[in-house]
Amino acid sequence: MDTKERIKERLKANIISWDEPFPRRIYFSVQPKDIFDTARFLFKELGLRFAIASGMETPQGFEILYHFSDDKTGIMYSVRVLIEDKQSPQIDAITPLFPGAEWIEREMWEMLGINFVGHPNLKRLLLSEDWPEGNYPLRHTT
Amino acid sequence: MSHKVIVPIGPYHPLQEEPEFFRLYVEGEKVVDIDIIIGYNHRGIEKLSESKHFDQVAFLVERICGICSSSHPYAYVLAVEDILGGEAKVVPERALYIRTVVDELQRIHSHLLWLGLAGHFIGYNTVWMWAWKYREPVLDMFEMITGNRNNYAMFKVGGVRRDIKDEDIPVLHKTLDELVPALNMFKGAVMDDPVIRARLKRVGVLTKEQAIEWCVLGPTARASGVDIDIRRDEPYGVCDRLDWKVIIEKDGDIFAKTVVRILEMYESLRMIRQCLDAMPRGPIDADIKDVPAGEGIGRVEAPRGECLHYIKTDGTNRPIRHKIRAPSFMNVASDKVAAVGGTISDATITLAAVDPCYCCTERVVVLKKADNQKVMNGWDLIKLSQEKTEQLRKALGDARGK
Repeated sequence: MDTKERIKERLKANIISWDEPFPRRIYFSVQPKDIFDTARFLFKELGLRFAIASGMETPQGFEILYHFSDDKTGIMYSVRVLIEDKQSPQIDAITPLFPGAEWIEREMWEMLGINFVGHPNLKRLLLSEDWPEGNYPLRHTT
Repeated sequence: MSHKVIVPIGPYHPLQEEPEFFRLYVEGEKVVDIDIIIGYNHRGIEKLSESKHFDQVAFLVERICGICSSSHPYAYVLAVEDILGGEAKVVPERALYIRTVVDELQRIHSHLLWLGLAGHFIGYNTVWMWAWKYREPVLDMFEMITGNRNNYAMFKVGGVRRDIKDEDIPVLHKTLDELVPALNMFKGAVMDDPVIRARLKRVGVLTKEQAIEWCVLGPTARASGVDIDIRRDEPYGVCDRLDWKVIIEKDGDIFAKTVVRILEMYESLRMIRQCLDAMPRGPIDADIKDVPAGEGIGRVEAPRGECLHYIKTDGTNRPIRHKIRAPSFMNVASDKVAAVGGTISDATITLAAVDPCYCCTERVVVLKKADNQKVMNGWDLIKLSQEKTEQLRKALGDARGK
C-alpha cells in the first residue's frame, strides 16, 4: 500500500476533506484537536519529513497548513486545520514530537498570536523583546 | 566544582557575514549548552509581499539573500506556476535550461564562498584567499548571462528575463574548464591533508537520527546520510534530464559536510555543461498575464537545502499569503545538538558548518553581558580555533619526524 492509501486508510475518521489540485500536491483537512495524532502518524510512522507550517488569518478563523514532504515520491502532503476561535486561538503543539517544529511554532505564535499548547519553549523568535504585547504583525485585523 | 562561563558570539561578529547571536555556556573547555537568538535581519518580507504585484514579488524575494539570490525567486515562480499547472506545462523549453544554468552556477559560487570562510575559521587563510579568487570567474559568468554579479533578476513567472547569447557559450565552457583544476586543488587540499582531517573529523557531529528529528536540509542532511535532494525528488528545470548524482556521506561531521560541498561543485559543473550543449532554440517567456485563485508550493534545492515558498492567491494581481521557508531556518536550529558536547575551540567551525544564512532565516542570537561573567570576543574565539589547528599541524609534523 502506498503512502497516500495508508494515510486515507488510517486517518479516514479524521479527514474532513481531501484535495489533489496538482500533481504531487495533496491538501487534506483535519480538526484542530486531531493535529497531534496526525503529525505523529505522518512523521513517526510514515517517516515523512516536516518541511514547514504556514499560518494565515482568514475570515473564518486562523488556518494552519502543516507541510509534510514524502521525499521518495516528491509528493507534498499539506494538512490543513482551521481554528475558528478568533478571540483566543489555540492548538496542540507538535514540537514535543520532534524538535524541528520548535522555531516555526514560535514564529506563528508571535506573528499570528496562536497559542501552541504544550510547546516547551514558547518565546519570541524574530521580534525584538520590546515589541508591544498583543500586536501581531501577520494578522489582518489587529 | 564546575564553573560555567558564557561565551557570546555576535550579534555583530567580525567573521560572520551577517548579524547573529549565539550564547555558548561553557564548563572548562566543553560547551554544555547554547542559546540561539535571531531576528536581527527580520524585514517583514512575507508581509511586504502581500502588497506587491506578482512581477514585483520576484524582485522582492531576490533581495532576501545575496548568496542564494536565484533560489528564492526560483522557488517563488515555481509556487505561482504550481497554480498555473506546473513549470513544465507553462515555461518554454529554452527557459527551463537557462533556469537550471543559473541555479547550478549559484551553487558553485555559494559553496566556494563557504569553503573560504571555513578555511579561515580553522586557520587556513590560503584556502580562504584561493576559494574567493576562484569564485570571481563564477561571478563573471553570472555577469555575462544575467548582467549582474548578484541579484540576477532572471526569474519571472512563465520564463526568464534574459537569453544566453550564442557567442557567450564557448566563453562559458572555457571558464568552466578553467575552474576544474581549481576544484581539483581544493579536493586534494581538503581530502588529503592530514591536519584538516584531524581537525574536522568527528567534530560537530550530527547523527542521522538527529538530522531527521531536526528536519535539516541540503548538505547538512546529506553529510549525515539522509538521502534528500529536491533536484531529484521533485525535479524542476531540466534536472531530471541531466546526468548527475546526489552526493551522500555517512559521518555527519564537518569533514563530511566539506566533502559533500566540494563534490557537489563537480556535479553542478557537469549539469551546466550539459545544459549549455543541449539548450534548444525558442522563446524564453510564456508571457503570463493573470494568476487564478488557488494555492501553490514551490521548492528548489538551494545551496543550503530545500527552499520552500507557499503562495495563496484570490484571483487579483497580488498574493494574499506568501510563506517563505529558507533552509537555514531548519539547519541553524540543529546547532543546538551539533555544538553541545564539543570544545570551545571547535565552536566557530561547528556553527559555520551548516553554512548559516541569517538574511534567509531572518533570525539571530542576542548577548547580554552580566556581571561576574567572563566574556570572550569573536577574535579570541577565532584565535582559539586557529591555535588548535596549529597545534595539530605541529603534532602531526613531529610524528612524521619533521
